[in-house]
Amino acid sequence: MTVQKADVVIVGGGIMGSAAAFFLRQRGQSVILLERDQIGQYASGVNFGNVRRQGRYLGQLELANRSWALWKRLPELIDDDLEFIASGHLRVCYREDEIAELQAYADAPEAEQLDLKIFRGEELHQRFPFLGPQVKGGSYAPHDGHANPRLAAPAFARAARRFGARIEERTEVAEVHKVGDAFSIRTTDGREFSAERLLVTAGAWGQKLSAQFGEPVPLETKGPQMAVTEPVPYALPTVIGVYTKIEEEMIYFRQIPRGNIVIGGGYRSKPDMLTRRAQVEPRSILNQFEQMRRLLPGVGNLNIIRVWSGIEGYLPDSLPVMGPSGTVDGLYYAFGFSGHGFQLGPGVGDVMAELISTGSTSTSILPFSINRFASSVEQRSKVS
Amino acid sequence: MATARLSTRVVIVGAGPAGTRCAETLVAAGFKPILIDENRRDGGQIYRRQPEGFTRDYATLYGTEASKANDLHQSFDRLRGQIDYRPDTLVWNLTPGQLCCVSQGRHSTVDYDALILCTGATDRVMPIEGWQLAGTYSLGGAQIALKSQAVSIGHRVVFMGSGPLLYLVASQYVKAGAKVAAVLDTSPLSKRILAMPKLLACPGLLFAGMKLLAQLYRAKIPVHLGISPLQVHGDASSGVSGVRVRTARGETLTVDCDAVALGYHLRPETQLADLAGCRMRFDEASSQWWLATDEDGRTSVSGVYAAGDGSKIRGADAAEHAGKLVAMALLEDQQQPVNAGLRDEQRHALAVMDKFRLGLAQAFPWPSAQAKALPDQAIVCRCEMITAGELRRAVSEKGACEVNRAKAFSRVGMGRCQGRYCSQAGAEVIAAAAGVSVQQVGRQRGQAPVKPLSMLTEEVSP
Amino acid sequence: MSGRFVRLAEQARPTVQLTVDGTPIEALQGDTLMVALLTQGSALRQSEFDPGRRAGFCLMGACQDCWVWTRGGERLRACSNEVREGLDIVTTQPEAVWPLRG
Repeated sequence: MTVQKADVVIVGGGIMGSAAAFFLRQRGQSVILLERDQIGQYASGVNFGNVRRQGRYLGQLELANRSWALWKRLPELIDDDLEFIASGHLRVCYREDEIAELQAYADAPEAEQLDLKIFRGEELHQRFPFLGPQVKGGSYAPHDGHANPRLAAPAFARAARRFGARIEERTEVAEVHKVGDAFSIRTTDGREFSAERLLVTAGAWGQKLSAQFGEPVPLETKGPQMAVTEPVPYALPTVIGVYTKIEEEMIYFRQIPRGNIVIGGGYRSKPDMLTRRAQVEPRSILNQFEQMRRLLPGVGNLNIIRVWSGIEGYLPDSLPVMGPSGTVDGLYYAFGFSGHGFQLGPGVGDVMAELISTGSTSTSILPFSINRFASSVEQRSKVS
Repeated sequence: MATARLSTRVVIVGAGPAGTRCAETLVAAGFKPILIDENRRDGGQIYRRQPEGFTRDYATLYGTEASKANDLHQSFDRLRGQIDYRPDTLVWNLTPGQLCCVSQGRHSTVDYDALILCTGATDRVMPIEGWQLAGTYSLGGAQIALKSQAVSIGHRVVFMGSGPLLYLVASQYVKAGAKVAAVLDTSPLSKRILAMPKLLACPGLLFAGMKLLAQLYRAKIPVHLGISPLQVHGDASSGVSGVRVRTARGETLTVDCDAVALGYHLRPETQLADLAGCRMRFDEASSQWWLATDEDGRTSVSGVYAAGDGSKIRGADAAEHAGKLVAMALLEDQQQPVNAGLRDEQRHALAVMDKFRLGLAQAFPWPSAQAKALPDQAIVCRCEMITAGELRRAVSEKGACEVNRAKAFSRVGMGRCQGRYCSQAGAEVIAAAAGVSVQQVGRQRGQAPVKPLSMLTEEVSP
Repeated sequence: MSGRFVRLAEQARPTVQLTVDGTPIEALQGDTLMVALLTQGSALRQSEFDPGRRAGFCLMGACQDCWVWTRGGERLRACSNEVREGLDIVTTQPEAVWPLRG
């Protein structure tokens, strides 16, 4: 059988891989993307849909800003708006001392472009009269918003394909080897692919490949817990999430213009990686009800009509693995976005395409280097 | 053996014919199963009991099935006290070994070692342009209106679709004094003649069916066979004002009416089995996905069993046999004695009914071609108001050749009913647009909650 | 149209008074809300996505087409809830008047 060759082979067709395929084509690189199931099936297709910058690790805002600029240009770039609305995002808290923390974040120079405004007390409840009385303060990000995750990765993959990328769904990688300067990739159906550069965007499965190249990372899999209500008249354009250190309080919601309110957060489940199914745990849903009634008392009467989960990859510091391999030339990673990758998707695709085709990137991604998990000094020194 | 009876937590979901007979068989073997049912009263849909205070007798309510209904209800009444019966309780989700239940807004969990799903069926529907108009009801719904509430769904009712229930409900309406404007059947006479050898497996049922047809003719109800539905017309505020079909002879026929009862036989309620991870299989004869079970009702998941129309559509009589049989399968798995003769009797009865149901599937086929012919502006998903054209674009423009993908892109099946009334027709539309078989486009995965769940729902402290 | 549903029998039951959209109506004990409303009117609610009125579909709690509301905002599936004396039903979604603007 003939070996299929390209400049870059991407393993994993979530939003990261799909966006990278698209931006690599923009830069003239030939691309083959291999996806075991369907594009955007796990973390990318089932997440909450937050296009949120505020609250991120400050060192990630530069990347998030780059991504935000791309979100604004989506229809022109990929001929699909992904239902993105920059309708504002509010991070609320239940405790006075947390307001100070929100204020400190808003004051950080890295957050300047976000135009954050802190609301508290009376002013908060006048501006957002539907919030429960326990809500003490909030940080409002007027330019953040939300989009439809079900549409995102497939739309990037379609656009990439239109620009000449090869997207191979239902194609599972069996083996990857580096032979000389090139990576040789064999799939379970016996096909072979070859490229000098390999990008691993395999999400919760990313560490299986990084480990093969001597770079294991302590990735943990979790199932997000999502629910959606029946449609009610559109009245809540602002995405709202709770800033807290208590797991069960950590919930968020958004209303889509059709009227349904999407709710996520609280507990997460442990996916079954053999069947690749993640349960929605009843306690998560009941907790969301309780927390939603506290956050948005008017929501109590609504019915939820559907719940879902998916499979996300988390790293212990909640930061992704992104950048070149520390051990193998031509190998790149972008996975383990720890439940907050959706907003970053277009930016990650763009940055990885820049990095792979030019050897460097104008956006700092150093904090996400896989070298932070390297055990030996040699590995750590290689890239720096 | 006595320990198994006491320590094994057996839960049956559904108190229709299958669930009742299952419970009865288990009680006879010394078990005390928990029987959870969503309805306030037992009997399921087919033998639904009328509310307290209603006075019609069994013959009026259930016609030829009166003695079966009476027998089932009496059997159920005898079980009271010997089972842990929990009516008005919805199982909205499950995890391995545990059911999530809600009753009157209160949430509780029920642990199980063995779970028997007797979840029944709902109408199988093929959309027609205009079916979202107020006044279009499912055929089963039309029957419930009469049986459970003594009302007709309209002043002039058209019965449209196919299958034995079409004639049964139409004749029940006539008998109760309702005005039936027409019976419009998509299946042509030729199919019925071809199916005759298989239908003769149950001559009594075949004869009963013919009698119904004779009653309709006697009452001078127009009955048209081999029609193609074109449109339910009316307007958004006042609802249905008529239906338009093409007759077998190719003429356009318009019938004035203010209500339409629409149905093409039944589809199984497999949500809980699906959430439990049970394997499904595609039934060629009826062209739909059923639960994959062995002859006695064991699913692919250990400890999970199923019986009745919720697993495989064979009708109420078969459900009673399947309920007994599945109980015996569970007893056998629990190393309890089983009456082999009784088991063979059930198996034999089911084999005969299987042949009959193949005859029904041949005589009253699911009208796949109609999905292909649906105009682009016709609504496929009533909940979300998504048209056939939008669904086709998810296939042609976005490459969604699999039903869950098409759902993600188009929202068909994302509404309150969770795809119960659109997913099968939607699959046909997708298959036709993609140029593949309906089996190849797959089936919509079940998602909790099985029915909408109020956000006021609160945990009951144990 | 006076009513969509037509009563054919069982009309000797005691009556129950309830209110629908502010208008008192009389139903019979044992009526589902759906029958109570549709023997006197032609629809139960407004579709969210088009100008159409909705009057239920399956009558067995499966299609979720027949939800109505109490004035307090509680949701009731009209086909599977019986009438109760004094129920105050509205057929437009109470959230439609939420003064909520975030």
